[in-house]
Amino acid sequence: MLELRDVTVEFDGFRALDGVDLTVPEGELRFLIGPNGAGKTTLIDVITGLTRPAAGSVRFGGHDLVGRKEHQIVRLGVGRTFQTSVVFEELTVIENLDLAAGFRSPLWSLARRRKGVSEAVAEALARTGLEELAERSAGVLSHGQRQWLEIGMLLAQRPRLLLLDEPVAGMSKDERARTGELLTEIARDHTVVVVEHDMEFLRRHASTVTVLHEGKVLVEGSVEQVGADPRVQEVYLGRRKAEDVVGNRP
Amino acid sequence: MPAFVNQLPIGLSIGAVLLLIALGLTFTFGQMGVINMAHGSFIMAGAYTAYLIGDLLLALPAAFLVAGLMGLVLERAAIRHLYARPLDTLLLAWGVSLVLQQLARDLFGAPNVQVPAPAWLAGGIGILPYNRLFIMALAVAGVVAVWAYLTRTGLGRRTQAVVQNRRLAATSGIDTGRVDMLTFFIGSGLAGVAGVAVTLIGPVGPALGEVYIVDAFLVVVAGGLGQLRGAVLAAVGLGLLNSYAEFWSDASLAKVIVFAVIIAFLQIRPQGMFVLRSRVLT
Amino acid sequence: MNRPRGMPVLRSRVLTSIRRHVPFAAVAVVALVAAPLLLEPFRLGLLAKYLCYAIVALGIGLAWGKGGMLTLGQGVFFGLGGYSMAMYLKLTEAEGGLPDFMGWSGVEELPALWAPFANPVFALGMAVLGPVLLAVVLGTLVFRQRVRGAYFAILTQALAAAMVILLVGQQGLTGGTNGMTNFFELFGQDLADDSTQRGLYLVVASVLGLLYLGTRQLVESRYGRLLVAVRDGEDRVRFLGYDPALVKTVTFALSAGMAGLAGALFVPVVGIISPALLGIVPSLELVVAVAVGGRHALAGAVLGAVVMGYAKTAFSEQFADGWLYLQGALFILVMTLAPKGIAGLVGRLRNARAA
Repeated sequence: MLELRDVTVEFDGFRALDGVDLTVPEGELRFLIGPNGAGKTTLIDVITGLTRPAAGSVRFGGHDLVGRKEHQIVRLGVGRTFQTSVVFEELTVIENLDLAAGFRSPLWSLARRRKGVSEAVAEALARTGLEELAERSAGVLSHGQRQWLEIGMLLAQRPRLLLLDEPVAGMSKDERARTGELLTEIARDHTVVVVEHDMEFLRRHASTVTVLHEGKVLVEGSVEQVGADPRVQEVYLGRRKAEDVVGNRP
Repeated sequence: MPAFVNQLPIGLSIGAVLLLIALGLTFTFGQMGVINMAHGSFIMAGAYTAYLIGDLLLALPAAFLVAGLMGLVLERAAIRHLYARPLDTLLLAWGVSLVLQQLARDLFGAPNVQVPAPAWLAGGIGILPYNRLFIMALAVAGVVAVWAYLTRTGLGRRTQAVVQNRRLAATSGIDTGRVDMLTFFIGSGLAGVAGVAVTLIGPVGPALGEVYIVDAFLVVVAGGLGQLRGAVLAAVGLGLLNSYAEFWSDASLAKVIVFAVIIAFLQIRPQGMFVLRSRVLT
Repeated sequence: MNRPRGMPVLRSRVLTSIRRHVPFAAVAVVALVAAPLLLEPFRLGLLAKYLCYAIVALGIGLAWGKGGMLTLGQGVFFGLGGYSMAMYLKLTEAEGGLPDFMGWSGVEELPALWAPFANPVFALGMAVLGPVLLAVVLGTLVFRQRVRGAYFAILTQALAAAMVILLVGQQGLTGGTNGMTNFFELFGQDLADDSTQRGLYLVVASVLGLLYLGTRQLVESRYGRLLVAVRDGEDRVRFLGYDPALVKTVTFALSAGMAGLAGALFVPVVGIISPALLGIVPSLELVVAVAVGGRHALAGAVLGAVVMGYAKTAFSEQFADGWLYLQGALFILVMTLAPKGIAGLVGRLRNARAA
């Protein structure tokens, strides 16, 4: 469903991505890992139109994404979250979700007041467990709740592909567990790509892992395969043992 | 044809004045996101300083100091409290400029005054009158001084660090408050110098700053954020465009043409000529 | 959290609905009934003028307060509306001849630009559509390129400056620095007559009331939520699949249309339109008024325009030059101490009482 071929991105001569190939079939939950500066976020930026690649192609469900505007890519069914979550603090939780859900309606049809809760919004509320907070303004949410709201906003858009950039960064242990459950549930009926640093989280929830290093794909495979790969161990060596990367924590 | 050539020094000297004004604006803007609407009043203050002193060469440092101190006071007393709210700063600074304009009206009277040009600036080389040549030289000196300050002194390098990444600069031990003060002082001082320059080509009045300030802001828009070379190119370009638009059409259409050109330019380079690249989603 | 069900919901809804509409209804009664009865014609005329400014302020409140677009060039749109109306008035008075000021500038034939303005429908239509069109073109070009914040503010200000120079320079077309004045009748009614002026006042007040209700409805709709979202996180909105440039352009055009209509009403009420009424300073003064009233609340914007208009008249009557000091000082104080303006202070008081 998502297919990147030979994607290269340069920032002032620095190659952030260098000939990356990546294929994510429909229905997969794919984890994207790699040391800092490996190009993980840049990769997501390229898919969502925030960064234009110098070379290569990005195809999604039969559409070429390169050169399309961000909002057009979203309308094709690609949703993303950011490392620092951005929710609209002045709006309530339900208004945030409703805003996300209404993105396909023409502008003039929005000139009416919101009446009730649409099915998509109700579903997103239920899945993220934010029903209790529905009428509260998003400004009062905790960090974890914000991330869930962001994921909820994605769900309300019913996208075909979700790109989550470090969804559990900065979360408490409980929040992480809760996010993990949410993720597993979402992965059941969506295609999901997750950028994540948290190794315990990865070990617990990942099926297929792609390791990026210095803008290139280093290895791709199951958690076990990747963990056993000597190149992966080398990339992470000096920082931490490969065991910690994808194996069991000591 | 000669009229066409005659327009050149006029355009260049207007560009030079705009450059002196925009140098200050572009750095306060680039560094702090502050649109200093009171900047026009500093031009006026510089011009009245020249009027009071009467001697051009003495007036230059004096105007720099007067306008610079005014900028410093403004920054310390008001603007620094509003750094996170650039649009509010814009309006606040405008309030200040209202007060300063009225103050000038009360101190010096509403009618324009004339500052006599020194005898040694009478005449010129061919089509280049000395007074306009002097203004251009002043602008060149200003650019060189700012460039040297930014690249050759420790404080200047710290200023650049703050422009590029304020938070990082602060965490790596740079006293951003001090840098802000200094930037404001220098930027406003340059406006004062521009004010002295303006007395060579026209009369001085309380609303003097308004004539130039809008164009100077357009220089910042077209030149790009906190960029020396962008400011230079944009100022010269805008100065020439102004004078030739007046020459080819008539004075009343010139500003409309300039505006249209700026909008058209933004279609090609929406962030100005030169951009500081950043990967941060704002 | 348990939400009340059944009857209590209905009752609380009715109550909030009443609570929402009572203040507006009260103000409307005062404005439409009490003011025309109690105020002498001169004061009523002044109030009509402030209300014209309040219409512009409403547009600024929408574009800046809700949409985050600081527009420093609303005077341009106000002027386009005003000049359209003034052209119509001049042409009806000239009765097929030339407007007075054209003779003074040596114009001998009616310029082609003027001719269609003899039709009142065209003139009124252009008073609104002209500004809307200009805003759509400018907004599309600027917002599409993601020029925003301070850059947008500067561009609108430059537009105001250019407009004034253009109007002053094209004396034969526009009346130059003096603009146009000496209007005697509107749709056959004598403009000097008190009853005409009272009627005009009622029209202005009603237009303001209707626009206020419409704008409030818009702000509280999903479009309004979207607008606030664009203000607080334009890029995020883009990744929700909306085009922020479109949202901003539409909003900017709405505010321009309101300013244009206000200009058209202003001309018969005040009896003059000139470049001095729509340049950089008047445009900024209106933004100031909105800030003083409170940019985040539409009612604040309207209130600010009336209060500042009144204050300006009152202080200029007392000590002419002091007004600028006062205005400047007031502005510095509002920006540093009460950035949410009068509306913000009222809100804080209300919260304090509730707590």
